[in-house]
Amino acid sequence: MAERKKLVLVGNGMAGVRAIEHLLKLAPDMYDITIIGAEPHPNYNRIMLSSVLAGGTDMKEIIINDWDWYKENGIELLTGHTVMKIDTGRRKVITDAGVEAEYDQLILATGSNPFMLPIPGADKEGVIAFRDIRDCETMIDTAKTYKKAVVIGGGLLGLEAARGLLHLGMDVSVVHIHDYLMERQLDEAASRMLQRELEAQGMKFLLNKHSASLAGRRRVKSIRFADGSEADADLVVMAVGIRPNVQLAKASGIEINRGIVVDDYMATSVPGIYALGECAEHRGIAYGLVAPLYEQGAVLAKRLAGLETPGYTGSVTSTKLKVSGVDVFSAGRFGEVAGTKALRIQDDLGGTYKKIVIEDGKLIGAVLFGDTSDGAELFSLMKKGESIEGREKELLLGISANLLGGQAPDAAAKYEAMADDEIVCGCNGVSKVAITDAIRTKGCTTVSGVKACTKASASCGGCKPIVEGLLKVYAGDAAGEPVKEGICGCTTLNRDEIVAEISRMRLMTVKEVMNVLDWREKEGCTKCRPALNYYLGMLYPEEYIDEKESRVTNERYHANIQKDGTYSVVPRIYGGVTSPADLKKIAEVAEKFDVPMVKFTGGQRLDLLGVKKEDLPKIWAELDMPSGHAYGKTLRTVKTCVGSTFCRFGTQDSIGMGIRMEKAFERLNTPAKVKLAVSGCPRNCAEATIKDLGVVAIDGGWELHVGGNGGVKVRATDLLCIVKTEDEVMEWSSAYLQYYRENAVWNERTAQWLERVGLDAIKAALEKKEDRQALVSRIEKTLSLTTDPWKQIIESDDLRKNFEQLSGSGALPARG
Amino acid sequence: MTMRVQVAKLADIDVKSSRKVKVQDTEIAIFRLTDGSVLAVENKCPHKGGQLSEGMVCGGAVHCPLHDWKIDLRSGRAQAPDEGCITTFDLEVDGESGNIYITI
Repeated sequence: MAERKKLVLVGNGMAGVRAIEHLLKLAPDMYDITIIGAEPHPNYNRIMLSSVLAGGTDMKEIIINDWDWYKENGIELLTGHTVMKIDTGRRKVITDAGVEAEYDQLILATGSNPFMLPIPGADKEGVIAFRDIRDCETMIDTAKTYKKAVVIGGGLLGLEAARGLLHLGMDVSVVHIHDYLMERQLDEAASRMLQRELEAQGMKFLLNKHSASLAGRRRVKSIRFADGSEADADLVVMAVGIRPNVQLAKASGIEINRGIVVDDYMATSVPGIYALGECAEHRGIAYGLVAPLYEQGAVLAKRLAGLETPGYTGSVTSTKLKVSGVDVFSAGRFGEVAGTKALRIQDDLGGTYKKIVIEDGKLIGAVLFGDTSDGAELFSLMKKGESIEGREKELLLGISANLLGGQAPDAAAKYEAMADDEIVCGCNGVSKVAITDAIRTKGCTTVSGVKACTKASASCGGCKPIVEGLLKVYAGDAAGEPVKEGICGCTTLNRDEIVAEISRMRLMTVKEVMNVLDWREKEGCTKCRPALNYYLGMLYPEEYIDEKESRVTNERYHANIQKDGTYSVVPRIYGGVTSPADLKKIAEVAEKFDVPMVKFTGGQRLDLLGVKKEDLPKIWAELDMPSGHAYGKTLRTVKTCVGSTFCRFGTQDSIGMGIRMEKAFERLNTPAKVKLAVSGCPRNCAEATIKDLGVVAIDGGWELHVGGNGGVKVRATDLLCIVKTEDEVMEWSSAYLQYYRENAVWNERTAQWLERVGLDAIKAALEKKEDRQALVSRIEKTLSLTTDPWKQIIESDDLRKNFEQLSGSGALPARG
Repeated sequence: MTMRVQVAKLADIDVKSSRKVKVQDTEIAIFRLTDGSVLAVENKCPHKGGQLSEGMVCGGAVHCPLHDWKIDLRSGRAQAPDEGCITTFDLEVDGESGNIYITI
């Protein structure tokens, strides 16, 4: 094997490391790689800094490649080192600490520096940029003791910084030199809408202001403007722009302009030296957004791996503002100059704005505010550069001409038009191109195949229809005949076949089912084991012993696991009605066990969050309340409105009805979670029409609504029937729930189930009184056998031990 | 320096189940499989650090409770398409006393 060549990357940021990642995939053994970075951190996602500031994201979560990644890939990493010199003759770099690294190929990814306004006082304490982790930390610390923040710069970065500071509780003013915000990304109309929205969130604006100087002794106290006016400032964040960091290149005799000049293969003027990312200038442009950096990285990686590749030809960029509650999208050339035509709609009531700009029949720019859902489609049209003549209005209105003409929209065209980098699976960050690659090169022809290969649709499943659509378009005929899919990869049998076989052969345990029905994986997986456990319990309520090892974590420990390994506790609060005594008890327990957060749930009860696993049984014992089953595939809550008890509009006692239902159905195992609600009048304040079963009182009766969902895919209920008495509500509800229990696939919510089998089938099954009563007696049998799980655990040493951490006795000297 | 530590008795751990223990500053999950083997791994999913001791045990693997990554308990490797690896520890069960020892 040929000797490895030496590759040195200067700059441990997103652009350079991304290129290295690519290269490692293409040619893992070609280079000995050294990465030299000035920041004392592993590679992190700089774009996410604003999310860290805005809260909700931990610093640790933005690390892209942790220390281990470098180790595992045999990369030598020098952090806290600044490269001072490139010896282009001897082909080596020298750091400030005197370390030398030889290279055959050198990549410069030195990024950019924030531009600091050279005004008097800019060197005072409390004056910072918004660029790296240290700046973020300074902001977070400052917010603890100071109040007034001034952000200079009303562009993308400035507004994100301002939003973060607002979140940290500071009083924030944004100073901008221009007379409207984000003028490089937005036109004035969209900008004004943005400004109104941000003002509503509490941000203040000082537009048309030229910053002149910063006053204060050691620390900044105020900012003075060219027009003589002033503003108080305990913290000044300069976010006026970035400058490519070209110092090193310049000192080493590499050609620079604004950035380091590179050709279409990212090569600089010196052989063996490449540049990419924010420090590079390609065809006159130095990009500051992430997508172009990735495109450049892909080209460079192929070049370094010795593969044929077309050169980089520049990027059309789009911008999205990451500020909560504000959706802004802009792409391309959106200014209206001679030769261009613009179409726009502005809706001040709905707070939306859309403009598209056309030149020579092609889409060249777009600005969206409020609703940015068309952004990806417009952006992909723009990149393709094809003619959109005749479709201009369709693009503006977002309604296809086919649809206007009464024809079905062309689904295939929609999937083809999706941009490659558009994220299909938001949970796992899988882009369209990752899916089409899996289809084309890895032979995936089914949703589960794509799922196994890419993880798309593996989490919430909300993107499954898109994956299916992509399969139709890109797998062609192969996808036309999907391979028969079982309930998971362990079997080819579907739910109905499995249930039929269990009944036919009277299989009694999970293990038996898997053995007899030839499971591929001997001990199943997290999909089939809980499913089989459910089916067996549903079929044999009296004989079957629930197998806790086949329950998912939350159901096994009767609490919801949180991301840090702690759990949450939600006691049952029937119908959302509590008492001072119960509230006191909950409060006392929360205090006694130092519960980090007490929160109202969406289902009218209280959630104690952040509980240590070993405290769970103790908390349950002290609460002495039944489990709320907030963690299981079971009845969750019955939400109620006040009803005739207090409400002047109430026609029936919705609280009483709700409590009766919750007491009847609590602890019921169901295929998926079941949420109920009872409203006391058609105003429907309990939102019963997006529940699995919703009851709405009308004058002299009750409506029963079924198959609603307010989660992954919102679905309004269908009306099942109208009855007169509370007893009839119970009869129909029991029959409906039992029919669902006996017929749905495990993990299938009533909404999906109803769509699959059809409302008419359900109505037909419940139509006859004797059928309903048979169902009612079966559900009552099942319900009569349930017990409170918390109590069960408290009372059993054997169950309780699994909540304790092992103590581990003393250490012994190692042998050998 | 390596150490040998007694961490549990076999009876402390249910089959197809796990318990966790802290040794020095490392949290370790100890699994007892259907085939009788007992294995020790770092209690930290390579994905987002989920506690593997809380996950479902299927054959020789555990599924992380947070995002269902499947980790092989013998090699410590995540199943493709996920990538990552956790530390595994040598473990011995004393047949007579049922004491479980790990070497760290």
